[in-house]
Parts: sequence; C-alpha cells; structure tokens
Amino acid sequence: MKSFITMLKTELKLSLRGMDMFIFALCMPIVVLVAIGIIYGNKAAFEGANYTFLEQSFGAITSISICAGGVMGLPLVVSDYRSKHILKRFKVTPVDPIIILLVQVTIYALYALVSMISLFLVGKLFFKFNMQGNILNFVLGWLLVMISMFSIGIMVGGISKDSKIAGVIASILYFPMLIFSGATIPYEVIPNLMKNIVDVFPLTQGIKILKAAVLGQAVENIIIPILMMLIIATICSIVAVKCFKWE
Amino acid sequence: MDYAIKVEKLSKSYQSCVAVDNLSFEVKKGTVFGLLGANGAGKSTSIECILGTKKIDRGEVSILGLNPISNRKALFERVGVQFQEANYQENIRVEELCEVTASLYKNPAHYKALLQRFGIEEKSKTLVKELSGGQKQRLFIVLALIPNPEVVFLDELTTGLDARARRDVWQILKDLKEKGLTIVLTSHFMDEVEVLCDRICILKEGKVVFHGTVKEAIEASPYEKLEDAYLWYTDKEVM
Repeated sequence: MKSFITMLKTELKLSLRGMDMFIFALCMPIVVLVAIGIIYGNKAAFEGANYTFLEQSFGAITSISICAGGVMGLPLVVSDYRSKHILKRFKVTPVDPIIILLVQVTIYALYALVSMISLFLVGKLFFKFNMQGNILNFVLGWLLVMISMFSIGIMVGGISKDSKIAGVIASILYFPMLIFSGATIPYEVIPNLMKNIVDVFPLTQGIKILKAAVLGQAVENIIIPILMMLIIATICSIVAVKCFKWE
Repeated sequence: MDYAIKVEKLSKSYQSCVAVDNLSFEVKKGTVFGLLGANGAGKSTSIECILGTKKIDRGEVSILGLNPISNRKALFERVGVQFQEANYQENIRVEELCEVTASLYKNPAHYKALLQRFGIEEKSKTLVKELSGGQKQRLFIVLALIPNPEVVFLDELTTGLDARARRDVWQILKDLKEKGLTIVLTSHFMDEVEVLCDRICILKEGKVVFHGTVKEAIEASPYEKLEDAYLWYTDKEVM
C-alpha cells in the first residue's frame, strides 16, 4: 500500500508535468460544454422535448476524458513503460509490476472523475443543467463505460510491439471516436446514414448509456449498448491478460 | 550457508544462437565476483537469467538460497540491481525516483545519505534525464543500494565515470564489502577488476574461458598484467 500511494503521488506529478492529459481530459470537456451551452443555450433538445440540448449532450461530454485517458493515455504510458524497461525493473524488486499498471489506471480514472465533477458544476452554475435521471444510475453507467474504454487501452498498450505502434493504434481509435461518436459533435445532429456508421464505435454505444442515464430514460432502451460494453470489457480484458508483454 | 549465489549449468539460447552455454559458478558471501567478457559475450544475458528477468533453458540458479522466480518477492527485498540501460520515467526527478524506489522495500536505506555519499545530493531536484553520464551512473548505483541489499548486481559498474568518481565508487564498494555485502559486477576495466574482484569469470561467446582469482588468471597466461591476460583469454579459440 505504501508503494502504491508513493507511486500514485509521483506518477500523478509526472502526468501533470506532461500537461497533455490536463488539456485533453480536463480542459477540453469544459470547452465543449461551454460551447454547446452558448450555441444552444437552454433550448429544448427538439420541439416538445422535456429536456434541454445541453442535458442531452451532458453524458457524451463526460465521456471525452474517459476516451482521452482510456484509448490515448493508457496505451501510450503502458507501452512506453515497457519499452523503457520500467516494468522490467519492477521485476527485480519485491513489488509486482502490475502495481504500476494499477497506478496508471487510477490516475486516468481520477482525471475522468475530476472532469465529470467539473462538468457537473459548470453545467449547474452557468447553464441550469439538471440531472433528470437517478444519479446512482448515471455513476454506474459512467463506471461501465470507463471500464470498457480502459480495457481497450490496456489491451492496446499491452500487446503493441512498441510505443510507436501503440501510438498509431491509439490515434486511430481516439480521434474518430472523439469526433464522430458524439463526444464532441452531438450524435443527434449528424445525418442518419452516418449514424449507422458511427454506431460501430464502442464509445457511441457508451454515450447512449450515459445519455439515457442523465435523462432518466428506461433501461430497456439501452440493453444492447450495455451488453456491448460488457462484451468489449470482457474480451479486451481477457486478451490483455493473456497476451500482455512485460518486455 | 556459505554461498550467496550458486549457478549450475546455466544455458540460454535465442532462436539458433547460444547466448550462455553451461555457465556454473559460486559466489561466497561478502566477496566480489566479476563477470568479464567482450560486448556480446553473454554477460548481461547471464545476469538477467540469474535474476529471473529472462527465462533459462537449462540449469539452476539460487541467490541467498532462494529461487529468483518462485521466491521473487522475498529475494528482492535483499537484492539490489543496477541494469546496464537506464529504466526511468521521462520527466522524473532524482529525488522522486529515489523515493519511489525506497517505497518498494520494507527496510530501505536513507536515500539522501546515499546520494550524499555518491556526491550527487545537490542534484536531488534535477530531472534524471538532465544528469551527466557519470551522475546518472552514480544514481543507478544508489538505486541498487536503496534496498539495503545483502547482494548487489552491478552491470557495467563504472562506465561513463571520470577517474576521480571511479576511485570514489571503488572505495564505497570496498567499504560495503567490509560490512558483508556480496557484489556481482560486470566491467570492461581491468584495473577496476584487479582492485575489486576476489574471483572472476571470463566469458567468450557464452562459454566460460577462465574461472578463478585474478592472480590465477595472470599465472595461467603467458602475461604479467591482467589486461594482457584477459585479452589472451578472449582471443583464444573457444574449445
């Protein structure tokens, strides 16, 4: 436990020193929230809707930092620590190298949590955001999406040959999902034909869960996304555990 | 138990290439053992096999009576390791790397005292990547000593150090040896080997071409200096 806390403290400092997660996981979601708030104000999502456009998008915006940490941050740090032989160095200490992976997962979960809370506060204070659904359901959905996205990241980082390959795969996953899954450009404004295409992104499904939770919609409507998240988390975790390369 | 390390018939191949072939040696507690050989002779592979970071094909290894793979946790409370390449995070500071390393052990040494002893205390707040080669090397020796080890492995001990720093490191290691520390080192500097090592093993293409004391190595060769003898051993055809 002592090792975990000391490592967490140090790795958190290193991560903040890098600045990229601060920008992509903490600042960017707020910028998107404020932009949507300014563009759509407190307008109803569509005529006759009993929720605002911002409320409709809120879930999606909370997924930006999950996506940044899960499919960008995690794969890069995992493959980097392997290629720098930091994981190997842990093998000649009494501590399991898995601890440093847990530390990284904790750090990205913290980014996602801080981002979610900051979005909640900004939404509440400036845009009259109202969580219509049960907050506990939302947190559960948020955790499920996070576990699923993080499992993708660990898998990519764990099986990529080097940090270069991990970087390429991470970019292929990250940028399309960030832009087209609804995290930044609202899913509701994209054409129907394109919706069919972007539905293959895991994050698009995750965002459907978050949206339903914010708006308090029935769980029956999101059974398929929930199943998909569970399947992705299971498959990626199994692959990561089975194929993880320590060096 | 007299021996800190026992290696018996250790072999390791990569695909078709034999990296270490039938290596056997023992290291008595409180002595310094030198593993010598040209680049690519199998020194680092041997050390990694002994430490368990590489899987061995055949043979047996025990350090302090423990198996490095099945007793990893218990063993590495008592063993310090300095690898040849640096393994540290991009933007980490000297102090942070020491603090994290110390947190891995139950009874770590005071790293500040070690940094001071190795003359890099004033670099505590510096990023590790901004240290000079010699300062880095000293830091990695410090890291290997943080566990308060009974056995320490030092791969390419004083590479990159200036003459003064090398003498200082030798003195520190001699003091630690006096206190009972067992040291396994690899080195390319024969003056260092002569000063520090009780026994040496010379590898060539993964095979042992000499095993014994420095004195024996010189006596069994046609030369009077260790460096000449060493070159003679490593130039000889492998039998």
